[in-house]
Amino acid sequence: MARGAEFAGLGGGGAADVAETLCDHCGLPVPRGLINAGATHQFCCHGCGAAYEIIHACDLGRYYALRDATEARASKGTGSKYAEFDDPTFHSLYVRSLPGGLESIELFVEGVHCAACVWLVERLPRVVPGVIEARLELRRAMVRLTWDPTRVRLSRVARDLDRLGYPPHAARERNQREARRREDRASLIRIGIAGACAGNVMLLALALYAGLFDGMEPEYLSLFRWTSMAISGISVLWPGRVFLRGAIASLRARAIRLDVPISLGLVAGLAWSVVSTVRGVGEVYFDSLSVLVFALLVGRWVQQRQQRWASDSLEMLYSLTPSRARVWEMGATREVPIEAVALDQIVLVRSGESFPVDGEVVRGESAMDQSLLTGEPLPVRITAGNAVAAGAVNVGGEVLVRVLATGEQTRVGRLMRLVEDATQQRAPIVKLADRIAGRFVVAMIALAVVTVAIWWPTGPERAIEHAAALLIVACPCALGLATPLAVSVAIGRAARRGMLLKGGEPIQALDRPGIILLDKTGTITEGRMRLLEWHGDASIGALVAVIEHASAHPVARAIVEGLGGGVSAEASEVAFTPSGGTGRVDGKRIAVGSAAFVRASARSELPWVRQVECDAVGAGHTPVLVALDGTVVGVAIVGDAIRAEASEAIGRLRAGGWRVGVLSGDHPRAVEVIGKRLGFDGALTFGGCDPEAKLRVVREHMRSGPVVMVGDGVNDAAALAAATVGIAVHGGAEASMAAADVYLGSPGLLPVLELIGASRQTMRVIRRNLGFSLFYNVLAAALAIAGVLNPLIAAILMPISSLTVLASSVRVRTFGGHSCL
Amino acid sequence: MSVIYIVMPIAFVLAAIAVIAFVWAAKQGQFDDLDTPSLRVVTDEDQRPAAGGKGIGVD
Repeated sequence: MARGAEFAGLGGGGAADVAETLCDHCGLPVPRGLINAGATHQFCCHGCGAAYEIIHACDLGRYYALRDATEARASKGTGSKYAEFDDPTFHSLYVRSLPGGLESIELFVEGVHCAACVWLVERLPRVVPGVIEARLELRRAMVRLTWDPTRVRLSRVARDLDRLGYPPHAARERNQREARRREDRASLIRIGIAGACAGNVMLLALALYAGLFDGMEPEYLSLFRWTSMAISGISVLWPGRVFLRGAIASLRARAIRLDVPISLGLVAGLAWSVVSTVRGVGEVYFDSLSVLVFALLVGRWVQQRQQRWASDSLEMLYSLTPSRARVWEMGATREVPIEAVALDQIVLVRSGESFPVDGEVVRGESAMDQSLLTGEPLPVRITAGNAVAAGAVNVGGEVLVRVLATGEQTRVGRLMRLVEDATQQRAPIVKLADRIAGRFVVAMIALAVVTVAIWWPTGPERAIEHAAALLIVACPCALGLATPLAVSVAIGRAARRGMLLKGGEPIQALDRPGIILLDKTGTITEGRMRLLEWHGDASIGALVAVIEHASAHPVARAIVEGLGGGVSAEASEVAFTPSGGTGRVDGKRIAVGSAAFVRASARSELPWVRQVECDAVGAGHTPVLVALDGTVVGVAIVGDAIRAEASEAIGRLRAGGWRVGVLSGDHPRAVEVIGKRLGFDGALTFGGCDPEAKLRVVREHMRSGPVVMVGDGVNDAAALAAATVGIAVHGGAEASMAAADVYLGSPGLLPVLELIGASRQTMRVIRRNLGFSLFYNVLAAALAIAGVLNPLIAAILMPISSLTVLASSVRVRTFGGHSCL
Repeated sequence: MSVIYIVMPIAFVLAAIAVIAFVWAAKQGQFDDLDTPSLRVVTDEDQRPAAGGKGIGVD
């Protein structure tokens, strides 16, 4: 997801445990149960192994040398067939035909971050014969593919991208994207024209200033003035039109924005200079005017680019919702685009896939992981008659589902709508510069009136001349640059530290402490199941791991990771239900699973079992019972461990004046337990929240002040979008990143602290910048009132003020090292 | 000094050509993506296949 930035990777656990085996593809630790002692290369998952194989088979091994050493990302190939990419409906929607029989499409790809990703994706013609060209735009994670349909099918290309670890999605909203691209180009063209005008007027002005000292023939003087007038007229009236329009619009809306004082200066300056030129006497300010237009347009462009990023990622949401389904008809299946699925049809969902629709199970038994939607980390059992939700993952066996809702009617579709609405409804943070603008206009006009009044006795002409000079030099050029420059420097530095900021608003909002709400799973905790304790004999533990090896259930994975590797025994007669499994290892019959499941088949149990079980439930963890030949002899306590740094980080946030709370979809009791342990504000501890409830809580608290929301799931997306600042943390769902204002590339809460510290520092820079630019404006205004200002002084003073602001923005060290909270 | 009447128009014509070239390039989409090319240049050690030709700026 990281466009334009390399990521400080998953620094976490690796360093402490030197003996860990690392995956040859992604560099993450390989779970003990998966280490293949005989192989030369070790992989943490099947996807990584497949990606490694392709990369080497195509002689692209340089990828591993190119990418950042700290970069770590598991290849999570989805293993989908992408058959819908060959469907005619899909074709007519997204594919563009090129002359010469070639075809082209824009695909949004997940997981592209850095130079190595660009390199690998663009080598696609080598991996898949028939692909002519692949161009990746890193910032928007958009790849433009050109291929020859007679030699390769699009589904094949998509599968290979997927296997490399970059699952592709069709990029929707093409028209909007085109419109935005045109707009971007137009503003760049405006800058180009304004720059050319400014350069040429400055050359002429140089000649005019030289003439001030050495004298100049009137013929040439008037030639230069008229030419300057023509060029800067073009500059102010063509590229500079955006300011005039903005000023008119903001006057109509009765909200003074920075455009108003800018336009005031531009119009007054141009009018006075034109009058002087036509009359042949008086001063002209053409050079200052055209430089002003140029500098302001650059500042505006910088700002626009920051905001563009935010809207781009919202559109990504739609590309991520499931795009295909396997329709089951008369005993056979075919893959179709999601648009072609009708109500009451039956779709087949395999293990490991997400449900494409909302529906009802008609056949099969499985478990559904809805953590993406609800934040609940444990899969729930589903069987015929149970409802399933689009976006949830099928982690058990194959099921057939009758379609009850598709597309925007599904729960996830409605959630996306919620996110979109929340984004649009959110009151924008008033920009500091715009807040100043109102007072600025009043001051400018008042000073102009004072100037006229002072100089009136010496004649109206001189009074107006001095007032015009005042309006030009008071034009808040540096003021317009102060915020965008400091903010874009901060955004660039943050990106290098692995934090993506989608604009300057978060920086402004994080300056003052308010309420900060944390999601539990994945933010405060590690977000995955881990074996916390094992009560029982170690040798029995090893046998349990052998059985659990056969299950994909997260609890089983946790047990394999924690207890596995000791025994190389084979399990037989293994059978799993969603609440547990049974099997035979070393001649012993073992049952492992939930308390109810294991006790149903056990005849007796060791005396301490019940106490351990109660303690685990009390602490909010999941106890897994183990029975050996009909006697309960062991308890594995599995849970989502609290991050090591959570307690310290929360303490420091509190010390900084923040009110820290937790907002989770988990069971209220589990949330309460964690809340007590970490000492959260009792009034700010919310458990059992569905996405709508999270949104409601955030909205409620925003009435009394700014709310910062930190989360990672789709279930947090709406709350993230609605909050004053939404922060998505590492490893979260793509949807939450799209909805949030900030994405943190390294896990845990410490980056949140760093972000807050750096934001405060950036705001200090912005205030300093505003101070500088106001100082210059006041100085220039004083000179104008005193009547000693001439165009030469104006031409020197104005760039100096802008350069000061520039230097002050670049020099500062934000996002450097430690947080200064 | 009357040479200025010849030199100045020439200068403006040259400047106009530069501006027109810039506008053309911007409309072609040369400045659409300012991040990726800088990464591409350090890794472009091999010849990309010549087949197909124009893929950029097809719109």
